[in-house]
Amino acid sequence: MSAVQEVVTEAPAVEAVPKRAMTLGYGASMVMLVLLIMAPVFVKNFIIFQLTMLLIYALAVLALNILTGGSGQFSLGQSAFYAVGAYTSAILMEHAGMNYALTLPVAGVVCFGFGFLFGQPALRLSGVYLALATFALATAMPQLLKLGYFEHWTGGVQGLVVTKPDAPFGLPMSQDMWLYYFTLAVTIAIYIFSVNLLKSRSGRAFMAIRDNEIAASAMGIDVALYKTLAFGVSAGITGVAGGLGAIAVQFVAPDGYTITLAISLFLGMVVGGVGWLPGSIVGSAFIIFVPNIAEGISKGLSGAVFGVLLFLVIFLVPHGARQVAIVAQQLIGKLKRN
Amino acid sequence: MELFTNQILAGIATGAIYACMALAVVMIYQAIDHLNFAQGEMAMFSTFVCWQLMQWGVPYWGAFLITLVFSFAGGIAIERLLFKPLAKAPILTNVAGFIALYAIINSVAGLIWDFTIKQFPTPFGSSPFLGSQLISTHQAGMIGVTLMLLLLLFFFFRFTRMGLAMRAAASLPESARLVGINTSWMIALGWGMAAAIGAIAGMLIAPVVFLEPNMMLGVLIYGFAAAVLGGLTSPLGAVVGGFLVGVFENLVGTYIPGVGNELKLPIALALIVTVLVVKPAGLFGRPIVKRV
Repeated sequence: MSAVQEVVTEAPAVEAVPKRAMTLGYGASMVMLVLLIMAPVFVKNFIIFQLTMLLIYALAVLALNILTGGSGQFSLGQSAFYAVGAYTSAILMEHAGMNYALTLPVAGVVCFGFGFLFGQPALRLSGVYLALATFALATAMPQLLKLGYFEHWTGGVQGLVVTKPDAPFGLPMSQDMWLYYFTLAVTIAIYIFSVNLLKSRSGRAFMAIRDNEIAASAMGIDVALYKTLAFGVSAGITGVAGGLGAIAVQFVAPDGYTITLAISLFLGMVVGGVGWLPGSIVGSAFIIFVPNIAEGISKGLSGAVFGVLLFLVIFLVPHGARQVAIVAQQLIGKLKRN
Repeated sequence: MELFTNQILAGIATGAIYACMALAVVMIYQAIDHLNFAQGEMAMFSTFVCWQLMQWGVPYWGAFLITLVFSFAGGIAIERLLFKPLAKAPILTNVAGFIALYAIINSVAGLIWDFTIKQFPTPFGSSPFLGSQLISTHQAGMIGVTLMLLLLLFFFFRFTRMGLAMRAAASLPESARLVGINTSWMIALGWGMAAAIGAIAGMLIAPVVFLEPNMMLGVLIYGFAAAVLGGLTSPLGAVVGGFLVGVFENLVGTYIPGVGNELKLPIALALIVTVLVVKPAGLFGRPIVKRV
């Protein structure tokens, strides 16, 4: 309203998380791994399916975490990348007859490209603008998928049915259990990749951009390159998660990938603790099991429960599960000393 | 030619609604530098309140006024309770807050009024306007109400002490505080007014898109597109942007084959991304300069 140009020192997009605080220690990782390997042995097939979905959403939340916790950019459009990954896998399996395991790298690469390209305009956007552009992307995605031109490939509104793979080499396990272990292997590989990525030169560049973009560019970091790279990597991992999701659910349809999914993933990240990679699995558990409980009470309640819990997390435990973990650690330390 | 004029006029009519949404978004953006992702849901909820009042037998304009007061109070309450404590928080926390609000309102509206489509009455009727076949009385009403609203807002901001105080609080909060303006309450007032403007948009568009909890998603995206096109820092820009986007949407839908209602949202997406890339400050906005 005044003619004077506004001068702004921008508030930080995301609170800085030190690099060491982003991962779990060696011991805790091993315990977690053993738990994840043992889990399906004792439960029924339906619960194994839910555990598989838990891992898949954990991957998607992890991807968002790299983008937001790592490089300080927002995305409310992760559902779009998830959808592209799911459709890539489904189309390759059903139309090209490709092996399900081979479709995942393709889904990852396609989404990396899509994310990298979408990241190009995102370079010029910061904070709320990026949130806006990705929000629009997420709302537009289902309509794009329904488009008549691609109907031959995507199946239009009806979507595509995907066949569930059998365990290979005649292994004596059910389809669900095999898929669980397959997903677990992919998840572990991507988790290790992510941890190393954040420890690497690129990871340090991400964090420098997150903490102060201008200082980072003054230190010689190619801000444009690393911002789009973070977007691409995040989209790529989400795409792999989407591909796995398509295989696990055996079905892809446009209405499975609405803004609600994007909100869920975002919520999972906040609950798990922004920038704390192991928190992804906590966040994922939250977005899978809370709606189940809420829908059990009343249909349509899950949104309200999500929202209220999100506010509680923001106000009471702004660092999400990481904060809870730290408090627990301190308590255990105190008990040991006594 | 007649088709062309017809589409332009229809575009201006829907553009009026986008202008209202954009104006609501810009009012909150001016006050707290954040985009309210829940703006559409707030408008949807207000519209449901109006519908409920009419179900209870309140006449249209009575329900309209009560809804405005309710929305105004609701907007202030939301700001005081939920977003005032987050004023100093990082952007991420604020975005999370808006997303949470979106989910809560959408879900609660579904719980109270369920997800079936409802008819919403129009006070203007839907016969041809002034005997011409080009535009209906409801569309003319939409344009009329919006223009009246704009005029009122213009007078409020230009000629009243309160309007001046709000402008001061938005452009230079520190200085405004020094001259004794309660900037915190000005922000709350901005929220209340944004909620009320959104409610007007909701009640005007409801007869066209039908009343249901997800009715405002498309309108909100177009409102965002309008706000971005006009420049997020300029209320006038938001209004002009709204009309432009409305006309653009209709012309593209009519003249480019294959683009019908199915591509409504992708067009808004393309528009938002294009504007942000080509001219991030929008048509009327001020470019933002960063201090190192």
